[in-house]
Amino acid sequence: MVFLTRIEHFNAAHKLYNPSWGHQKNEEVFGACANENWHGHNYELFVTIKGDPDPDTGFLMDVKKLSNLIKDLVTEKLDHKNLNIEVSFLKDKMCTTENLAIGIWNELQGSLPEAVRLHSVKLYETPRIFVEYFG
Amino acid sequence: MKKRTAIFRKEHFNAAHRLFVPGWTDEQNFRQFGKCSNPHYHGHNYELVVKVTGIPDPQTGYVINLSTLSSIIQQNVLAKFDHKNLNLDTSEFANLNPTAENIVFVIYEILRKELDPSLELSVRLYETERNFVEYPA
Repeated sequence: MVFLTRIEHFNAAHKLYNPSWGHQKNEEVFGACANENWHGHNYELFVTIKGDPDPDTGFLMDVKKLSNLIKDLVTEKLDHKNLNIEVSFLKDKMCTTENLAIGIWNELQGSLPEAVRLHSVKLYETPRIFVEYFG
Repeated sequence: MKKRTAIFRKEHFNAAHRLFVPGWTDEQNFRQFGKCSNPHYHGHNYELVVKVTGIPDPQTGYVINLSTLSSIIQQNVLAKFDHKNLNLDTSEFANLNPTAENIVFVIYEILRKELDPSLELSVRLYETERNFVEYPA
């Protein structure tokens, strides 16, 4: 079993705001992150897959193909976007790093080659804050 | 000791912005600024490096007290820009395109007013790990 990680990045705007709450409660719970006019981040995404290397190629998966898959299914939908209003897989969800990592997992899951399994999605919202999701 | 010395303080803030020229159509803006002109905004983790150069005070040994410098940056820069939409929430960029170049110049002007004139100031701003600007140059 080998683990292979591809790192990608994207920049996006968002806010943490529960529409079923009033403004005051959102400010109490989410603080500055609830700012009505959004704020933003440079997100760093680590996608890790696992499996056994193919005996002919020596690859678990061609990393160029993995990179293209992440671009097509994930970063194209997120990069330079407003996560709250422009991303279909986050519709009606809170745009936390937790939910974003789960959403990214769900986008990738099912599109990998048969011999490859998704191991984890690690997502940095800032250099000091990150989440990991293992499905 | 009269050795000119530079002292640095790193800070960071997160903000949303959009690059666009108000008189242009969305298409013109997209041609010039690409994805950065998205009308729904995008955002960054900005990293700020403030460099202050001077001769250390003979008594304290300080060019500037770093705690004082940090408070100046906190109160005059981060309080204005952190977790804000630079286009919508700040007077500085109400009529100024918030490019990294313009942001670093605005931050320099703000900090310059707060520091002793004998101290030299330089500001570096990272918009991403790979894109950064410095003023003055």
